[in-house]
Amino acid sequence: MKKLLIAFLLTISPLWAFAAGGHGIHLDKANIDPNNVQSLQRGAAMFVNYCLSCHSASLMRYEHMGKDLGIEETLVSENLIFNGGKIGDLMTVATAPADSKLWFGTVPPDLTVIARARGVDWLYTYLQSFYRDNSRPIGTNNLVFPDVGMPNVLWELQGVQEPVITTLKKPDGTEVVDVSLELVEPGLLTPTEFDRAIRDLVNYLDYMGEPAKHERRELGKKVILFLLMFLVLAYLLKREFWKDVH
Amino acid sequence: MGEKWNKGLLGWIDARFPLSKMWYEHLAEYYAPRNFNFWYYFGSLALLVLVIQILTGVWLTMNYKPDAAMAFNSVEYIMRDVNWGWLIRYMHSTGASMFFIVVYLHMFRGLIYGSFKKPRELIWIFGMIIYVCLMAEAFMGYLLPWGQMSYWGAQVIISLFGAIPGIGDALALWIRGDFVVADATLNRFFAFHVIAVPIVLLALVVLHILALHEVGSNNPDGVDIKKHKDENGIPLDGIPFHPYYTVKDIVGVVVFLIIFSIIVFFMPEMGGWFLERDNFIPADPLKTPEHIVPLWYFTPFYAILRAVPDKFLGVVAMGGAIFVLFLLPWLDRSPVRSIRYRGGIYKIAIGVFVISFIALGWLGTQPATTLYTNFARFFSLLYFGFFASLLIIPRFEKTKPVPDRVTS
Repeated sequence: MKKLLIAFLLTISPLWAFAAGGHGIHLDKANIDPNNVQSLQRGAAMFVNYCLSCHSASLMRYEHMGKDLGIEETLVSENLIFNGGKIGDLMTVATAPADSKLWFGTVPPDLTVIARARGVDWLYTYLQSFYRDNSRPIGTNNLVFPDVGMPNVLWELQGVQEPVITTLKKPDGTEVVDVSLELVEPGLLTPTEFDRAIRDLVNYLDYMGEPAKHERRELGKKVILFLLMFLVLAYLLKREFWKDVH
Repeated sequence: MGEKWNKGLLGWIDARFPLSKMWYEHLAEYYAPRNFNFWYYFGSLALLVLVIQILTGVWLTMNYKPDAAMAFNSVEYIMRDVNWGWLIRYMHSTGASMFFIVVYLHMFRGLIYGSFKKPRELIWIFGMIIYVCLMAEAFMGYLLPWGQMSYWGAQVIISLFGAIPGIGDALALWIRGDFVVADATLNRFFAFHVIAVPIVLLALVVLHILALHEVGSNNPDGVDIKKHKDENGIPLDGIPFHPYYTVKDIVGVVVFLIIFSIIVFFMPEMGGWFLERDNFIPADPLKTPEHIVPLWYFTPFYAILRAVPDKFLGVVAMGGAIFVLFLLPWLDRSPVRSIRYRGGIYKIAIGVFVISFIALGWLGTQPATTLYTNFARFFSLLYFGFFASLLIIPRFEKTKPVPDRVTS
């Protein structure tokens, strides 16, 4: 019986590795730190400044964000709400979907839970992977999301990248095309600063995808600690009752 | 049971309703074999998960909106703006997957210890109907968050009915209530998910337990404990369910809740197995996800469906894979119940069955490439082959002598 059980567990164990699935593109690790409040605050500022004009986050409230990230209500109202909205409002955008469709070819997706749909590594890599491509109507393209409708909104900070195509020959003779990006015009931020800015933004997007995450983990520790103590009692009770069976 | 209960409030109730009688019949004087092992936790755990699902479900319903335009947002509203909403929602989503884990292990227990055999055929049949209801419940519940996977999963599964010759398309249309999965579909699935199927499930659970308590529980040795009774008519190898198994099951419940909590609090998506990534994108009838996968508990049957080249025959094979389980009591005619005393060939057959079920489950999550389809065909044959082998194995199987009394 035990052998059967072990065989069972061994058979299902490799499944976990495949669960997430994935695309062929190599994604860089975002390495975000959800406990870094400053990073989340900077990310929030970036989000409302650079994303929230076209993308909505219509399931998230400013008030909720302020509370969770330790930003006072007046600061949120004065510095982070640009559309005259109130603190309890959802993060909607004024841009009409029909206009967006006309300008970008598609309606920019709502970003409230984008981190849960795409994953932080995807977002992190995507936001760094814009490059100049004059064949596109908007003048830019993206390695992670080819022919994306979104322009490189952060070009001012990042600068302009151009693709470098290298062809590698494998020992077996097949050719592999490797595309990397090279900064040709510097932006306002150095690459290190820009990297940090993106990491902050992705950190914020991850927070916004599930604002309860921090609370969830904190509560979980207490619940499991309680259950472990309860387990001891339950086991002792069982042992006491079962003395007269064996 | 007797005089001492005839006074006070309880006496008043007992004169009008069999409260004490039920307590004794089903708990305090229900004699269960004393040798239950690990596998015997999953019955009471299934009941626990059922209660978790019903309670969390009721509270989710208070804020969920079964409307195609509002459903996705209302789930996120529960996750953010409803106090403890995230906890209730994660308990419900984790509970769905844990229900299947517990039920699969419970069914596996019945399989290896021959608990489906005479006189417990009806317990097995009721249990199988519960399992089918559970699949319907899970399938319809998964549409409610109205994410991409909800939508396209439902689209794919409902279109399977379209494969039935003659009436197929009309039937699929009737189920959806629209030409594609739409608001009408969401509304009716909601009605079934929160009212119709749970009522049927609860009734079936009562029948399942009543049938069990009528004939008594099987045990890991597969021996009949009612053969040897003491002078009071109590089985020598039996112990009262309460308090012995109630206190033992509390231990099982706590261990289960620890595992459950680890998932709910630290990995609610379970790496994409319990909550799929694509389901965080709102349903879009115009955008098909590149890879539509049902949730893991359906994938063994989904793999069988895809393994058959013809769509209608695939549906038949998938239905057959579930239906054949109903026939188990009449397929396996060996007089020996427990795997402990069955021959090596039977043990190998069980092992092959388990591996093929898990392999099919994995293949069902993968894209249908030629290689994977061939693997799925191979394991589908093994899956059905197991049931066919049960017809002939007892003829030449060398079983071990079954002891008269339970062994441990």
